[in-house]
Amino acid sequence: MNVQPVLLLTDLLVFVLILGALALAMQARGHAPSREAWRRVGRRPAAMAAAAVLLVFAAIGFLDSLHYRERLPPGPGENAAAKPLYAAEVLSVLDTLLTPLRLQTEKTYSAPFARELFQRETVEQPGGGQGRTYPRLVHGARHLQAGDSLPGDVARRLVWTPFTALAASGLLLLALSAAVARGRRCRLDAAIRRILSGRATLAWRAVLIVTFLVALLAAAGVALAPHYHLLGTDKVGQDVLYLSLKSIRTGLVIGTLTTLIMLPFAVALGIAAGYLGGWVDDAVQYLYTVLNAIPSVLLIAASVLMMQVAIDTHPQWFDTAAQRADARLLALCAILGITSWTGLCRLLRGETLKLRELDYVQAARAFGASTAAILRRHILPNVMHIVLITVVLDFSGLVLAEAVLSYVGIGVDPGTVSFGAMINMARAELAREPVVWWSLASAFVFMLVLVLSANLLADAVRDAFDPGGGK
Amino acid sequence: MLAYIFRRLLYAIPILLGVNLFTFLLFFGLNSPDDIARMQLGAKYTTPEAIERWKAERGYDKPMFYNAAGAGAEKLTDTLFVDKSLRMFTFDFGRANDGHDIAREIRARMGPSLAVALPTFVLSLFAAIVLALLLVFFRATALDFWGVAICVAMMSISSMFYIIGGQWLVSKTWALVPVSGYAGGVDMARFLGLPVLIGVIAGLGAGTRWYRTVFLEEISRDYVRTARAKGLSEFAVLFRHVLRNALIPILTGVVVVIPSLFLGSLLMESFFAVPGLGSYTIDAIRSQDFAVVRSMVFIGSALYIVGLMLTDISYTMVDPRVRLG
Repeated sequence: MNVQPVLLLTDLLVFVLILGALALAMQARGHAPSREAWRRVGRRPAAMAAAAVLLVFAAIGFLDSLHYRERLPPGPGENAAAKPLYAAEVLSVLDTLLTPLRLQTEKTYSAPFARELFQRETVEQPGGGQGRTYPRLVHGARHLQAGDSLPGDVARRLVWTPFTALAASGLLLLALSAAVARGRRCRLDAAIRRILSGRATLAWRAVLIVTFLVALLAAAGVALAPHYHLLGTDKVGQDVLYLSLKSIRTGLVIGTLTTLIMLPFAVALGIAAGYLGGWVDDAVQYLYTVLNAIPSVLLIAASVLMMQVAIDTHPQWFDTAAQRADARLLALCAILGITSWTGLCRLLRGETLKLRELDYVQAARAFGASTAAILRRHILPNVMHIVLITVVLDFSGLVLAEAVLSYVGIGVDPGTVSFGAMINMARAELAREPVVWWSLASAFVFMLVLVLSANLLADAVRDAFDPGGGK
Repeated sequence: MLAYIFRRLLYAIPILLGVNLFTFLLFFGLNSPDDIARMQLGAKYTTPEAIERWKAERGYDKPMFYNAAGAGAEKLTDTLFVDKSLRMFTFDFGRANDGHDIAREIRARMGPSLAVALPTFVLSLFAAIVLALLLVFFRATALDFWGVAICVAMMSISSMFYIIGGQWLVSKTWALVPVSGYAGGVDMARFLGLPVLIGVIAGLGAGTRWYRTVFLEEISRDYVRTARAKGLSEFAVLFRHVLRNALIPILTGVVVVIPSLFLGSLLMESFFAVPGLGSYTIDAIRSQDFAVVRSMVFIGSALYIVGLMLTDISYTMVDPRVRLG
């Protein structure tokens, strides 16, 4: 075996999250009201398009969650069968896919599609003597000769991309139409026409458009990225496209694991307080009033500072830098979770107070059902829509919060690539002339697409599962 | 009313005590003062004597809750908890790492913070409510649809981009105002114009959308139909009746943050170099000045509790049916 799989803590939780989501999806299939609610979500073109975009992001994040360490080649005097040694660097499957991007680093800044470095340097001239000029990049546009036209080369490489994208979306259209045709018992061409005219039950046309666009971008990326720095390079010469793609996992992890960590507390305490009342209610209310009273930025700052001290004074806890960075990421999620569970807890307490007085709960109690059974079978399923709405609504806020926290200095580990870290590094460079805009612009576009999709989907989910409440 | 306020103040004490104990455990339970001393001194000089001296200089050389060496009541009072945590109830926050008195620093920095935060708050509230009423006026039209779409898009942009973009465009490209800085007197407007404008724009998307849902909920009530049946113009219905009746949900979200305006905004003050409490907090976080962070947590919580109290009192002013007793 040439690789050693590495299971970081956040990877583990990501897998738990995916399994949990699949289990919930299976449950929703068998439950008519939630099936109907999800169908309402699916009828909205904006929601379906957003879901498709999020799926692409999630796939990238998933590939970036499969970590491993490469085996080092045995030294000259060592026996090849000896205990294998593994590199200290932890890589992910995404890193492997993006190897050219990861390894083709330049000296410092270079603009998107540039042939030369952004800064003048003193170089030895061939005929002797020195001159200040913009040196050629080591990797970007290396294959171009002095007289070659850059737009011509790019156009030649992009010739096939529209066809690839058309083929990809065409295949998806065929697959969807086949499914629709089977469900409606109609002919395949009727199903295709139905989908393309937007008359299908679910808004598949929006998904097809997104698929086409994503396939177009992906095909263009595959064709060009090994030869150019599509989004330029940053201060230490790393490819900005690579950094942006790596940031996706950090954003997704913070947006999802935070809620995953806080859910058990919020649900258990909220339901218990609402149903049991008495001193339990008083204690839970006191707890969340106290936590609520502390401004969340300050609470997060204080907790993160303390966590930093603990991690810095105990270097023996972690084997690799990746594990330390990962522990910090997880701790940040936990801290954000501690500061954000109070809202959900209060909502659940209020809803449980209402449900407790309903006839079917009273009947269950009269039949002698135990408290635990009532909570599990009668209360919990009927507050799940609140949990779901909170989870999707919180996601975008958490992704945005990461950027701010990283700027303040209480975000992710300096070794972790994240949107906040990208913005932070790029911010100082706006004062340059000419402006180094590409890092900032990339972080902006990637974040906007991610957060906007999350917001659109969250709106649809909220409207579908909670038709009465507009808040 | 006075009796009510007095009772609310009594309720606030256990909550503030809880905050106090929680922050104390957070700052001293997770890491011992030794750990903190070691980190502050850096790896080079961490002899046990140096740690002891550091602790003694700053008064960290006491037991946490129970001092067995003390005499009489000092067993309980001569401890870290009383000295570093409970003392904050008397607004005595001790000294920062650089030796300055924290309480004096806070008093000096409240003004600049308020100078940025208050205009931002008032203007964004006004802008969001007017825009929301406009969207409700044109509800179910293309204007409403695109208005909401723009709001959602604006909400999806990190506030850092508004600040960076605004500084780049207004200060650097157009050179209308200085990039950052602060001055008292007439010059203040030159320095504060941009941060206030950016603050308003950054919060506009979320605010407008929120108030739009509030107003839409209100507009389906019976009294609105009555007002229309009376022959009032839609404009009068919205601005005179709906706005007034929607005041309760508006106040719930608004009044509670008013006292916290003193704390300023971390991002704004840091980007625009305003010498307020927000930048003070950021500097403290970056230099790991725990005494300052601890004090800010305490003040922030106290202001929040004051805000809750003001919220309840404001209800009685806008809705005569609400009586506090």
